[in-house]
Amino acid sequence: MSAGTLYDKVWELHRVADLPGGSTQLFIGLHLIHEVTSPQAFAALRDLGLGVRHPERSVATVDHIVPTTSQARPFADSLAEAMLQSLERNCAEHGITLHGLGSGRQGIVHVIAPELGLTQPGMTVACGDSHTSTHGAFGAIAFGIGTSQVRDVLASQSLSMNKLKVRRIWVDGQLQGGVYAKDLILHIIRTLGVKGGVGFAYEFAGPAIEALSMEERMTLCNMAIEGGARCGYVNPDATTFAYLQGRPCAPAGEAWQRAVAWWSGLASGPEASFDDEVRFDATAIAPTVTWGITPGQGIGVDEAVPTPEQLDADERPIAAEAYRYMDLQPGIPIAGVPIDVCFIGSCTNGRLSDLRAAAAVARGRHVAEGIRAFVVPGSEQVARAAEAEGLDQLFRAAGFEWREPGCSMCLAMNPDRLEGRQISASSSNRNFKGRQGSASGRTLLMSPAMVAAAAVSGHVADVRRLLAAPTSPVGTAPEVLSEPVLSAACQP
Amino acid sequence: MNVPSFPIGPVRSVEGTAVVLSGDDIDTDRIIPARFLKCVTFGGLGEQVFADDRLERGGAHPFDLPEHQGARILLVNRNFGCGSSREHAPQALMRWGIRALLGESFAEIFFGNCLALGIPCLQAPHGRIKALQSFVEANPSTAFRLEVDAARLHSGDGQAWPLDLAPGPRQMLLSGQWDATGQLVSHDRELLDTAARLPYLNAFSTD
Repeated sequence: MSAGTLYDKVWELHRVADLPGGSTQLFIGLHLIHEVTSPQAFAALRDLGLGVRHPERSVATVDHIVPTTSQARPFADSLAEAMLQSLERNCAEHGITLHGLGSGRQGIVHVIAPELGLTQPGMTVACGDSHTSTHGAFGAIAFGIGTSQVRDVLASQSLSMNKLKVRRIWVDGQLQGGVYAKDLILHIIRTLGVKGGVGFAYEFAGPAIEALSMEERMTLCNMAIEGGARCGYVNPDATTFAYLQGRPCAPAGEAWQRAVAWWSGLASGPEASFDDEVRFDATAIAPTVTWGITPGQGIGVDEAVPTPEQLDADERPIAAEAYRYMDLQPGIPIAGVPIDVCFIGSCTNGRLSDLRAAAAVARGRHVAEGIRAFVVPGSEQVARAAEAEGLDQLFRAAGFEWREPGCSMCLAMNPDRLEGRQISASSSNRNFKGRQGSASGRTLLMSPAMVAAAAVSGHVADVRRLLAAPTSPVGTAPEVLSEPVLSAACQP
Repeated sequence: MNVPSFPIGPVRSVEGTAVVLSGDDIDTDRIIPARFLKCVTFGGLGEQVFADDRLERGGAHPFDLPEHQGARILLVNRNFGCGSSREHAPQALMRWGIRALLGESFAEIFFGNCLALGIPCLQAPHGRIKALQSFVEANPSTAFRLEVDAARLHSGDGQAWPLDLAPGPRQMLLSGQWDATGQLVSHDRELLDTAARLPYLNAFSTD
């Protein structure tokens, strides 16, 4: 059993009561709400005659269903409009802050909570969305929940939970040029499998993790769930504190010093013990691309689609299904596979540094003929910051569409979707059958820079070669500015 | 669809025929594709369960076969329900008529979502699940009785299969406290005590 880890400390602090049957009532410090998984929870609350116990600890936004071309109301899609209206009514009725369209703070829930400084070390964070694991980047214990549990958090600011085991994933070395946090997590999932993390929280640690920026740590923790781990986290450090300082909802003044002191003591110490430990070497990781229908079916961009003989016996049935569905033959190199659609965005890779990495590849190049490529910033703040740097102009000049913020084609609940058997290069997190809105559509997951490389090449391409090659300048390359820091106070 | 009432109170047993869905890593996008999440109630989900898989198989999907209509027990393999946290997935299965799942393993959030609806998910090793799946495919009309307390599946002809269910979920199902809301709201004093010791709710003061 783990002891002395950040997970153990945060769990213990938030323990409200032991429940019959052995589960724990866990206090939820921050509850995030969006339009898809909350309407039925509010309705259930009404049926039970209960109110929202601590509306001041819930924050809402709208992300899954918003169109990214025009966000004018009412939406053309009446179902989407009804969902947003339902969210607006529920938040107004219960006094919950809603960061709506055009507020300057709307965006994908897992992008806006960190950028507002809502997500902080040592918190428990819950949201009706599996990618809530993202917030673990701050040293929070953050996990996705279902709608019945959303109801429970609304009613009681707590959840009935069972404690997880803790696996430390220690990563030595440094990621090489053209290799990003996305490649690291795809490599980890490829190695440990999509079921490997079931029953575990993943602690990411080691020199390679310490060297990651906060946005890279978010990408990493975001996809812990794709490896089966309901939450993943990184111990808070100077990088965490520097990111948080000055954000609207971060502590300020004298409280800031006290906060840093408390946060610093939360990290897993040298005496911490883990249920399991796995080691990786970041230096050996290549840009990674999925070829199949689970996020665990990944390979280096310089590798070939594995043959059945190269796979464990129990992986062969789903590989056979993937060969058929993806129409990719075993043994063919993944580089060179033709692409139809390129999507840059999502809670995994829709932040400013992701857009910069893609822009560095797109700069001076143009989207290949026949390819539809679009960029969907993760939030209004990301969009405005990118526009201030001229990234929107750079992408447009390179033949990409520049859109409004939302979840978009990660799960295609808005008008952005694949058609028929189209194949996408996508910076999102899931390559499940039908995930991007067409029942026969196909998805190759990769980093935003790799998506940009695919867009300008017309096929899967090794971004390292493009980054090394000279380009002919198109327009003026924008200067890269420092990350924006807001000073406004938290809205009530 | 003739669907029995939804679980309420203690869940001690589930009776009915079974349906087999073979394969590992069946994700919640496949159980209920995202376009069906555009709703503010769970009402219509029963008819949309596995919509794309059923379309692809043109009537040959197990959920479309006449012999499996009215099945109450779903037999699956490893990591069933992985991916999105959408409770729409167990809601869709429940509204189609499923009242219990037996499999090699379940994804964490999916398991919890089923429990919150009073739907037990029990596990058994690979060989036993495979044997059970083969038995059901050969004898689709066999009626079973799943006993939650004993964690055992019985068939009408006297066969029995032992299963695994952790003590926590088992107790919650048997006591009817799988619906945790009542317990959680009853601990308001303890909740406020917890809040009082959380630094981030108290200006990080060390008092």
